[in-house]
Amino acid sequence: MAGDMLTSEFLVNVDHERCRRCKRCILNCGFGVFDFQSMTTAESSKCVACHRCVVFCPEEAITVTRNPLAFKDHSSWDVNRRKAIWKQAQAPGMILTGMGNDLPWLNVFDHLLIDACQVTNPSIDPLREPMELRTYLGRKPDSLEVVGEDGAHRLETRVAGNIRLEVPLVFSGMSYGSVSLNTHRALAIAAEKLGTVMNTGEGGLHKELYPYRDHIIVQCASGRFGVHPEYLQSGVAVEIKVGQGAKPGIGGHLPGEKICQEVSSTRMIPRGTDALSPAPHHDIYSIEDLRQLIYALKEATGYKPVSVKIATVHNVAAIASGIARAGADIIYLDGFKGGTGASPAVVRDHVGIPLEIALAVVDSQLRSEGIRNRVSIIAAGGIRSSADAAKAIALGADAVGIGTAALIALGCRLCQKCYTGNCSWGIATQKPELSGRLDPDWGAERLVNLVNSWSLELKEVLGALGVNAVESLRGNRERLRSLGLDEQTTRILDVKPAGR
Amino acid sequence: MAIDERIVDATGVYYRELNENVRRMVADGAGKILLNGVNGQRYIADGLRGDLEIVVNGVPGNDLAVFMDGPTVIVNDNAQDGVGNTMNRGKVVVRGSAGDVIGYGMRGGKVFVAGDIGYRAGIHMKSFNDQVPVIVAGGRAGDFLGEYIAGGVLVLLGLNGDGEAPLVGGYVGTGMHGGTIYLRGEFDDSQLGEEVRRFELDDDDRGLLSELLEEFAADTGCDVSQVSVEEFKKLQPSSHRPYGNLYTY
Repeated sequence: MAGDMLTSEFLVNVDHERCRRCKRCILNCGFGVFDFQSMTTAESSKCVACHRCVVFCPEEAITVTRNPLAFKDHSSWDVNRRKAIWKQAQAPGMILTGMGNDLPWLNVFDHLLIDACQVTNPSIDPLREPMELRTYLGRKPDSLEVVGEDGAHRLETRVAGNIRLEVPLVFSGMSYGSVSLNTHRALAIAAEKLGTVMNTGEGGLHKELYPYRDHIIVQCASGRFGVHPEYLQSGVAVEIKVGQGAKPGIGGHLPGEKICQEVSSTRMIPRGTDALSPAPHHDIYSIEDLRQLIYALKEATGYKPVSVKIATVHNVAAIASGIARAGADIIYLDGFKGGTGASPAVVRDHVGIPLEIALAVVDSQLRSEGIRNRVSIIAAGGIRSSADAAKAIALGADAVGIGTAALIALGCRLCQKCYTGNCSWGIATQKPELSGRLDPDWGAERLVNLVNSWSLELKEVLGALGVNAVESLRGNRERLRSLGLDEQTTRILDVKPAGR
Repeated sequence: MAIDERIVDATGVYYRELNENVRRMVADGAGKILLNGVNGQRYIADGLRGDLEIVVNGVPGNDLAVFMDGPTVIVNDNAQDGVGNTMNRGKVVVRGSAGDVIGYGMRGGKVFVAGDIGYRAGIHMKSFNDQVPVIVAGGRAGDFLGEYIAGGVLVLLGLNGDGEAPLVGGYVGTGMHGGTIYLRGEFDDSQLGEEVRRFELDDDDRGLLSELLEEFAADTGCDVSQVSVEEFKKLQPSSHRPYGNLYTY
């Protein structure tokens, strides 16, 4: 492009000795890198390193490497900063990106260590003894009243509806529209098999997935896309999305190009128009207003649990307290390092606080107010492994949410180009020739494999800790130690430093 | 067959009990429900579906007809905030004035308010296929009328004014990317959002306004004889993709 100063980030090389000209790379690349004249050619500037071509080349003839082009070293002006300026000088606008904060912020999970039993309080072998990962999301009563005598006892307290999870792990909200219907299908099938839930995100629920209603949380966000009484009834709970980790405080714009016929009928908006989600819910300007919507949803659904999803921001503890007092059953905390959503880079990378810290202060705040039992906490936005999950639960989460990890299981390479709609793996696209590549049953099996693997690991960790239920780990910060964190952060996390 | 009509005394009844009672009657086949003595009970007709009529005598509380999908609700008094919030189908007629956030995210049906409406009315209304939401208010409106509107029709008649209070506040149609706003009365371009343009009325507009005026007058009992369709100014978005150029990649 004339005047374009950007150089290719990656170099694509086709080994013509190996290439047998099958053109599979041309068919597979969603970004139009390859062409064929008398031999296969590659336009490296279009490559996003999604590896689709590499994986599907039968001859292993394709290699993708980082462009080794040297830039003059400058510790203040790393290459990405220079590139951002070239982009904005060329075509004005906010730099759009996706798939989570990629700046090297401190990762608190990597500075927390889990305890284990030795000699006294013997550890438990999960291979021989039952280990319970089941948990329940929702309001727990302040106390239980049991009446009766001589073995004929009856629970007198009316317990609010809870969601039963066989594993303390849910799939995070990603809307149909941002991801393909096959992605939603895979998540729904896997959630059913695993005894957990997937979350619709804010784009409504395709009619075909209504049968999975026992394993779905339906979302009601500021755009109210696809929200109607039947939809609200089509899940085990309703989630009010106030904020998300990928873009705390701002709305969303799903471009018209991704509004195909099926997305249009699910979101109930005209085909090809942009789907604009306002930054706030315009019927929620206060905790009282939030309470009003929570109870409007409860009235509409026969008092199903209501979750409120927020991004973790500076005053998250006070906000969470308000949400609990507004009548929410679940608080979904979305950390600033996570999130899959398309977002301006400036917001994705610099707005919010880490999940780990938010989780600790929210749990502490709710406990100190004596209202921790009124809400369950789902921690999401930066859960990368079963270790992160265990640490999040020890910091105070009832369950964790995974979005990015689930997409990686489906083949995502974190190329961060979801907003283009060109996803070669069929995940974040509405182009039928691309989305058709993701077989929902194959995807579901991979998701089930991932969660089962993490479950095995969680059981081992619990056994090592000498407990036999995940609920015994929840909020048990005595079983965590910090390493390499400053004293103040350690104090805020309310964990002891290693050695104490 | 005669309509199955029920009468409920709502005096002092907590909203949850009242609404449960209404839902039970609807499930039981009620075609018309009269709620007497209503005084601030929230969520009346919340998520209700089907073909029935609810008459509210008294002032209903917030979120009247929220998520409603079909019924007709008639209020013989004022209504509060959130009337027709995220409503899918049906009709709400308020024979007095209504509060803020009327018809937020509304996707279908009609809200007719005889008097004034407050701030943030018709935000993010949207249409889909045969579902075209309509809000008509006989009086005036506050700021942010039709902000982010993506579809549907908002009409302000400007009746009953004292000649001093403005027809509408500021930021009309900010972020507008669909739908139509018809205003009758004086306003300045400085009150409009950047995405809004004035357009001349065409025959389709005249036809639509005539029909709506007739229906509005019949439902609310307002006298619209002095209203001529030619007096309306029509506002539509300058673009259906106002934020298409926000980003670079």
